[in-house]
Amino acid sequence: METLHIALTHALPETILAVGVILMVLIGAFRGKADDGPMSEIAVVVLGAALVAIILKTTGSGIVFDNAFIDDRFGDFMKALSLGGSIVTLLMAGDFFRGQGINKFEFPILIVLATLGMLMLISANGLIALYLGLELMSLALYVTAALSRDDARASEAGLKYFVLGALSSGMLLYGASLLYGFSGAVSFAGIAGAIGGHPNMGVIFGMVFLVAGLAFKMSVVPFHMWTPDVYEGAPTPVTAFFASAPKVAAVAIATRVIYTAFPGATLQWQQLVIFMSIASMALGSFAAIRQDNIKRLMAYSSIGHMGFALVGLAAGTAEGVQGVLIYMAIYIVMTLGTFAAILSMRVAGHPVEKISDLSGLAKTNGTMAFFLAMLMVSLSGVPPLAGFFAKWYVFLAAVEAKLFGLAVIGVLLSTVAAFYYWRIIKVMYFDEAAPAFDRPNLTLRAVLAVSTVSMLLYWVYPAPLVQAAEGAAKSLF
Amino acid sequence: MVIGLEHYLIVGAIVFTLGMAGIILNRKNVIIIMMSIELILLAVNINLVAFSAQLHDLTGQIFGLFILTVAAAEAAIGLAILVTYFRNRRTIAVEDINMMKG
Repeated sequence: METLHIALTHALPETILAVGVILMVLIGAFRGKADDGPMSEIAVVVLGAALVAIILKTTGSGIVFDNAFIDDRFGDFMKALSLGGSIVTLLMAGDFFRGQGINKFEFPILIVLATLGMLMLISANGLIALYLGLELMSLALYVTAALSRDDARASEAGLKYFVLGALSSGMLLYGASLLYGFSGAVSFAGIAGAIGGHPNMGVIFGMVFLVAGLAFKMSVVPFHMWTPDVYEGAPTPVTAFFASAPKVAAVAIATRVIYTAFPGATLQWQQLVIFMSIASMALGSFAAIRQDNIKRLMAYSSIGHMGFALVGLAAGTAEGVQGVLIYMAIYIVMTLGTFAAILSMRVAGHPVEKISDLSGLAKTNGTMAFFLAMLMVSLSGVPPLAGFFAKWYVFLAAVEAKLFGLAVIGVLLSTVAAFYYWRIIKVMYFDEAAPAFDRPNLTLRAVLAVSTVSMLLYWVYPAPLVQAAEGAAKSLF
Repeated sequence: MVIGLEHYLIVGAIVFTLGMAGIILNRKNVIIIMMSIELILLAVNINLVAFSAQLHDLTGQIFGLFILTVAAAEAAIGLAILVTYFRNRRTIAVEDINMMKG
């Protein structure tokens, strides 16, 4: 009994979400109405309670549930980011879904379930826990992508996401089975111990399959093909969710697996990560140039950003992990701010999503144009905005790890990417005015403003984020 | 002939490859893709059970049971999404899934 008590203390955020989601399902079932009513608010409270539990945590690190679950500061940092992304998505989603007439009570429940999966994924300390967390997250995400049942594009997005997601889970599992067979363990520490410094062929094959499965969830090249279609087809709040919280969870587990299970195979995974990183940065920079749908553009932008985050991962040092953590924190704030602006793009009550719809926004809504322009500058990585510092930390770590080629290619490709971000600014400030947007609601304006201001003023006081990321990165080594 | 670990692994690899090929080469029907996904998961289970017997360790079989459970949930969700897709488009041919491109 005592051990269960300790285990539940370490897994308090997950316990809160699990109990909360069961209560939400019961409330939804017994209310007898299909609309969402107070469900979004309940979901925000549940997620907020889990976030508070992480922030106020006083217990130290620990490994519980028979080596399946690890509670450390790295996990806390990533869990706080995921929960933040989910909460902001839920706050932004309500009005959009009501406007479209698809405000079903299932949506907040699915978001909480997906977030529970992310938290379990981030804390996974073995292959079984990794798989279960990943599937809990993915199964909820497949449904949210197809949530808009009468929209042919949304169901196509859901179908594509499901088929390719199931394929990637299959690859991940095949890798997991090989790793289990050739190392005789399912916990990451056990695998690392069995590998020693000399990985055999079976282990390397297993690792490649496992990393490929995780790369799919991070949407890095060559496993990115679902991203643009799913981002374009899914309802916009769902796209905002896909671009924020699940990415954080996928990057977190990829980092944990690589650093705790394969320290003995550094040579092998480093080649893999460097390849995926360069390919993602290149595709994210070049393929976005010819897009005219802003959600599709954000899909390529997110592929590129994952490539930059992998630069820090490739370094293989604590500084590299610190860079990845800072990158993800800044990325999630920029992305949510940008999606707040995309959700504000409504003409006469109907959402629009072409880049040309932004034409002349500076004349019709100067504040929104300024905020969105600043976010684009930050996404392209121009100093002194936060996006620059995010890239600076990962490239610094790569240079210190003597990966000069990777750093140089990354810097060059980030200037290519700047082109399409700056094109949006040009459209907003110098083109003929398109029909004015409706006045966005308070939540969207608040998210956009807070996100932009925090990106603009990050350089004034970066210490809290840097220190939190440093502590979190050290706990992995 | 003694059936050893390698034989099971080769069967697993063949079934896995068939599943992969079924998803990538199939141009006809989404149901066939669903069947290919099940093939991939079963290939993994063959691997896990073979390794579990070889290592005299039950963890692999427990992993296999978890995979079976999740595969059932995954198939249910996949079919539900497929039904909404069919109601919108009146077709489930793979070559018609092309509303979004670029």
